[in-house]
Parts: sequence; structure tokens; C-alpha cells
Amino acid sequence: MDFINAIVVLTNFTIIPALAYGSQLALGAIFVTLIYAVLRFANFATGDMMSFGTMFAVLLTYYFQSIGLGLGFLPTALLTIPFAIIMMILYMLLIDKFVFSYYRIKKSPPVQFAMVSVGVMFVTQAIIRIIIGPSDRRFLDGEKFILKATEFKEMTGLSEGLTLKSTQAITIVVTLIIVSIMFWFLNKTKTGTSMRAYSDNEDLALLSGIDPKRVVLITWVIAGILATVGGILYGLDKSYRPFVYFNNMLPIFAAAIVGGIGNPFGAFLGGYVIAFAEIFITYAYKRFIAYLVPESMEPESLMQLLSTDYKFAVSFSILVIVLLIRPSGIFKGKTI
Amino acid sequence: MRKYSNIIAAYSIMLILILLVGIFQSWSIALTILNYCLISAVMTIGANIQWGYAGLINFGIMGYTALGGLAVVLVSVDPVQQAWQAGGLNILICFWIIVVMVVLIRYLLKHFDKSKYRTYGITFVIIGGILLLRSTATPGIEAIEAVDPAKTGFLGGMGLPVLFSWIGGAFLAGGLAFIVGKIALGLRADYLAIATLLIAEIVVSIIKHEEWLARGVKNVIGLKRPAPYEIDLQTSQWFINLVETFHAKKLSMINSLTERQDALSQMVIDASSIYVKLCFTGLFLSVVIILLIVTQKALYSPWGRKMRAIRDNEEAASAMGKNIVKEHLFIFILGSAIVGIAGAMMVTNDGLFTPGSYRPMRYTFVIWVMVIVGGTGNNFGAILGGFVVWFLWVEAAPMALFLINLFTSHLPETNSVRVHLIESAPYFRFLVIGIGLLTIMRYRPKGILPEKIEIK
Repeated sequence: MDFINAIVVLTNFTIIPALAYGSQLALGAIFVTLIYAVLRFANFATGDMMSFGTMFAVLLTYYFQSIGLGLGFLPTALLTIPFAIIMMILYMLLIDKFVFSYYRIKKSPPVQFAMVSVGVMFVTQAIIRIIIGPSDRRFLDGEKFILKATEFKEMTGLSEGLTLKSTQAITIVVTLIIVSIMFWFLNKTKTGTSMRAYSDNEDLALLSGIDPKRVVLITWVIAGILATVGGILYGLDKSYRPFVYFNNMLPIFAAAIVGGIGNPFGAFLGGYVIAFAEIFITYAYKRFIAYLVPESMEPESLMQLLSTDYKFAVSFSILVIVLLIRPSGIFKGKTI
Repeated sequence: MRKYSNIIAAYSIMLILILLVGIFQSWSIALTILNYCLISAVMTIGANIQWGYAGLINFGIMGYTALGGLAVVLVSVDPVQQAWQAGGLNILICFWIIVVMVVLIRYLLKHFDKSKYRTYGITFVIIGGILLLRSTATPGIEAIEAVDPAKTGFLGGMGLPVLFSWIGGAFLAGGLAFIVGKIALGLRADYLAIATLLIAEIVVSIIKHEEWLARGVKNVIGLKRPAPYEIDLQTSQWFINLVETFHAKKLSMINSLTERQDALSQMVIDASSIYVKLCFTGLFLSVVIILLIVTQKALYSPWGRKMRAIRDNEEAASAMGKNIVKEHLFIFILGSAIVGIAGAMMVTNDGLFTPGSYRPMRYTFVIWVMVIVGGTGNNFGAILGGFVVWFLWVEAAPMALFLINLFTSHLPETNSVRVHLIESAPYFRFLVIGIGLLTIMRYRPKGILPEKIEIK
């Protein structure tokens, strides 16, 4: 019984939150890696692009709520996803037309692209802050919990509860759906194959008649979907605040590089690697161990490897270690 | 002379802009802006050495700035004796444990061939060392943080004059750059940018959360100053006399004695803050001028030519027998050390150390915009970039407010669009900086004052 209790504690406080957080990171990391693979630059506007999409979801959620439109027990934000995605893709294509395409045609070095994306980051941040302001916003409605701790205790008779927030379940399910559709698209369809070909070798792809404009367009469309959905899921689970989204760019980059940049599947797993590492290393294992060992041996300290203040630092340290030992990432990406 | 006409014109415009702020807003604001422009200029000199001379992209400027700030606390604050007695020994032991760990790992790496056992050995040393560190550090840290937590709760510094901390900042930042350079310099440009940015985040989070070191997010206030304090100036006779002679004409127009006394004391208060700021301006200006002379000399020396050769064609330079790895590491340390000086200068200017305020937006990206806008590879350009971008960063909000009021003046005061725009005026600075960067990158990719030397 104690053993099951220990497992429940661990699942409740680490595994479920890490799965949800990892899914959000994974979507962002695939976005980064896709831009890197096809358009060949590190996009420093990642966090703010996610924030841009989420902003529309937040505003539309408020509007739908005001006219009484909703999904019952599901959050209204799910209804806004298609509209937010359309706005996001339009914005990305606009930016691409006026900013990135010039450097792409000129075949500028990646560093120049990175600096340009810093400029885009500034502009996007300004637009977001001017439209919605910098404050913290919650836009979750509908049922909050799928499984409450007390219900679980009554159901199983265990002394530890297991909670499953609806946002966590939605995050994991939506991520799995989106990611599987995306992988199916990249691997099985003709357009996806042409994208991979373009990413592998631009010149050969052009020779075999692949239209680069179409590839770029499709990339931004997929990127827009990933960025918006990832941003909305994060905002539902925690809350929407432009500054936090900007900061999220860093673990997302870490996930993309740890997974091997340019490799979408690696980025997907990289998101979970980062999330699990962050949460497992900063979790206090006192209660978990207390169930496993006899009472006399109960630990007095929190049994925490690092305090939660260092959450971000953990993921960055993992990145540094990976860069040191295996610069191409855990799952081989493009060579660095 | 014609060669320098661009530079002179650009700097004159900048000076006029700052004078205009002085005339229209206030001289105090103008001097604050000027001081920060000078600090930014030091940062851009550092970044320009790395990016302009050697083509190394360092997005970790925030980390080196923070370390420079930390140096001010570690060097100039008086030591907290009680804290040293409570837990100083543990911290010193920890320091030695780290040294022993590093030496052991180096020994293992040097004297054993690459094998499974060597990897196990290194892992064992690291894990054992961390466990040992934790067990010694925890009681010490708890004891230190318990010493009068509202005021101290940290070890304090060495109690030296504050100007020494600028050198200390350079050494701390250079030391970090050595470690970062060893780890990350082999990476390709955009990976280097990400890696340095993330390492800087790690450094800032350590400074933020290790309260025994510099109080962390509880901030250190009341740092020493290389300039006199306003309060002392206001009571010293020579300063009052100086202000009196300076404003003699204005004062003589006031007839009533008490009114004249009131006016004088108000003038003294205003003048004291300006005097202090002028002292800082002098100090900062001398740092900028010294750095400018040294970096200009370096740029035209054989060493500068070598760096440009490496930047423009690594393989050719390597074939000529230049040690690229070593040169890159050296210039990375040099540039970071200069950024460290700037960090120390900034904390000295503010008189307080707030680790929570170190954010990548303000301390990495804005500095990079300065370098790109000003002109990469050209020191005059980099400094000008520091001035222009900082000026825009500060003055964008008032200008935006003015423009919003102008364009919405036909709308009623309570119009929701107008109210919303006025409330969001501070964020127009991001827009101005972003559009400025994009425009410069597109139409003048080498910056306002481009690099003069070209290798054909």
C-alpha cells in the first residue's frame, strides 16, 4: 500500500505536470526546429510569436464569453484556436514578406538572420504590449478538474490524492493529435517530402522542381499552427503574460538543441527531456521516500537536489552539457 | 579632416539632442541620459571588440554586466564580521573543495586515456564533490543568512574604495568568459549566441538566489560612491558660495532677504544633484576615452590586422600559422572584461545592486542593437550606437506620448482608443528600436558609421 502511495505522490507532483509542461515545450521546440531546418536561422522571436497568437485567443475568448458562446465544460479558448491560428499565420507571412524574404533571396549568413529576428522580436513585443498590455491574464473557463484529490482518495482508499487538471489533459491530448498529424504530413505526403528535401539540400530540391516559395509558405503555416497551439495551451495551463512568453523562448531553444536542431522528432522528445529534468531535479522527494523506508529512517531534509529557484538553470545546464558531449543533440540533428 | 566629417557630424547631432533634452525637460534628466549613454558606450565597445573585430557573437552580455555589478558589492561593501564568524569557514572550505574537484578532474583527463573507467571516475568525482559541497555549505549558508536578515544576511565585501571594483568587475567577467569560451567557442555562430545567452541566464539566476553572496533579490542598497553625497554638498560652505556666485544675477533681482534665502537653498539642492552627476560624467567619460584610445590603437596594430584576418577568413589565417582557438578565447575574454567594467560602472552610478533587474531584453538585445545600428567594427560607430539607441530607448515614450496627443487631439479625453494609446506609450520604445534595427539592417547593413578598413 505504501508503495502505491509513493507512486501516486510521484505521479501527482512530477509526472503529470512534467508531461503537460513538456508538451507545451515540445510544440515550441518543433516550431524552432522547423524554422531552423527549412529557413535556416535561429528565430529569436519564437516566444513572442507564440505570445502573439495567444493574444488573439485571449481577446477572442473574452469576446465569445461576452456574447455567451462557449463549449460547456471545455474552455472557450479551444473554440478560438482556428481564428488565432489564421491571425498568426497572416502576421508571420507579412513579416516574412517584408523582412525575411529579402535576406533569403540574398542568401545572408545565419547570424544576420538571427539579428533580423531580434528586430522582429522587438516589433512583435511592442505590438503585443500596445494591444493587450503587459499584465497577467487568465482566460481559462469551464471545468477545472477532471479528477480531484478527494474523489481519488474516496475511489481508491489511498491516503494520497491524485489530481488531474482539465488543462493538463487537454494539453497532452491536443499535443499528441497535432504532432501526429504533423509527422504524418511531413513523412507521408508529397508536400511534406518536398519540405524535407528542401531542408536537406536546397540546390538539389530546386533542381528537381520543388517550388521554394511554396515550401516557405507551408513552413510558416505549420509554424503558425504549432506556435499558436503551444502558446494557447501554455496560457490555459498557467496564465498569459507577455514577459513570461518571451522568457519561455530559452527552455524552448534548449529543448530544440538537446533534441538535435533541425530534427522535428528530436525536438518533440527534447521538450519532454527538458521538462522532466527540470521537475525531477527540483522536486522535494521527502514525502516520496517517507513512504518507501521504515518510519525510523524517514529523512529530515527536503531531499531536494536543487531548489526550485533554479528551474530554468537546470534546463540550460543540460543544454550546456549536451553541447559539450554531443553537439549535434541527443537525436542526431544538423551538424553544428 | 574630411575623413572624420561623418563622425563629427553624427556626434554633434547627438550632443545637440542631449542639450535639447536639457533645455526642454531638465538638466538633471539630460545628465542622467548622458551618463547612461556613456555606460552603454563602454558595453558596446566590449561587444564590438568581440563582434566587430573577431566576428564572435556573444548574447551573454547580461551575465557579464551582472558580474560587474556583483564585483561592486564584493569589493566595496564593508565585510560583515558576524556573518564571517557564523559561516565564513564553511564557505571557504567549499571554495577549496571546488578547487580540489577541478584539479582532480584535470588530473584524470590528463593522465588517463579515454576509457569507460575514466568517465566513471570523473562522474564519481563530480557527484561526490557536489554531495560534499552541499553538506558543508548548507549549515554555513543558513548561519550567514540568519545574521540580521533585514540588513545584511550576507558575507559583505572587502571594504575597498569603489573604484577598485571596476577592475574587479573586469576580472570577474573575464574569468567567466574564460570558462564560457572554453565550453562554447567551438560552436557555430548562432549556437554560440544561444549558448552564451543561456549561460548568462544561469549566472544571473545564481546571483539572484544565492543570498549569502550578495543578498540576492533582496538587493544591496547604499553602495559607496566615488563622488560626494548631495547632503554633504548642501551643507558645505564652498559649494553654497559657488552656487551663489553662479546665480548672482538672478539672486540680486530678489529683494526680500528671506525669499532670497529660500531661492538660494532651492538652487543649492538642484545644483548638488547636477554636481554629483557631473562628477560621474567626468569619470565615465575618462573611461570611455581611455578605452577608445586603447581599442583604436589595437585596431590598427598588427594584432588588430591579425584579428581581422581571422574574422574574414579563418582557414587562410590558420594556414598562416595563427592559433585561432587561442585568439578567439583571448578576444572573448577581453570584450567580456570591458562589459564587466560597464556593469560595475552602472551599479556604482545607481548606488544599488538589484539582481532581479538583469533581463536579457535590456542587457543583451538592446546592447546588440546598439552595436549593429552604430557600426560593427568601428569603435566610433559602436559608441555612437550606444548614444543613439539609449537616447531613443529613454526618450521614445515621451515622444510617443507627444505624437499620440497630437494625432488624437480631435478625440474627446475619455475616448477609449486615446486612453488606451496613452496608457501604452511606454511600449512604443520597443517599436522604435525594432523598426530602427530592421531599417538599418536592410538599408545600411554596416551601421551608421561603417568600418573603414577593407581588405581587398
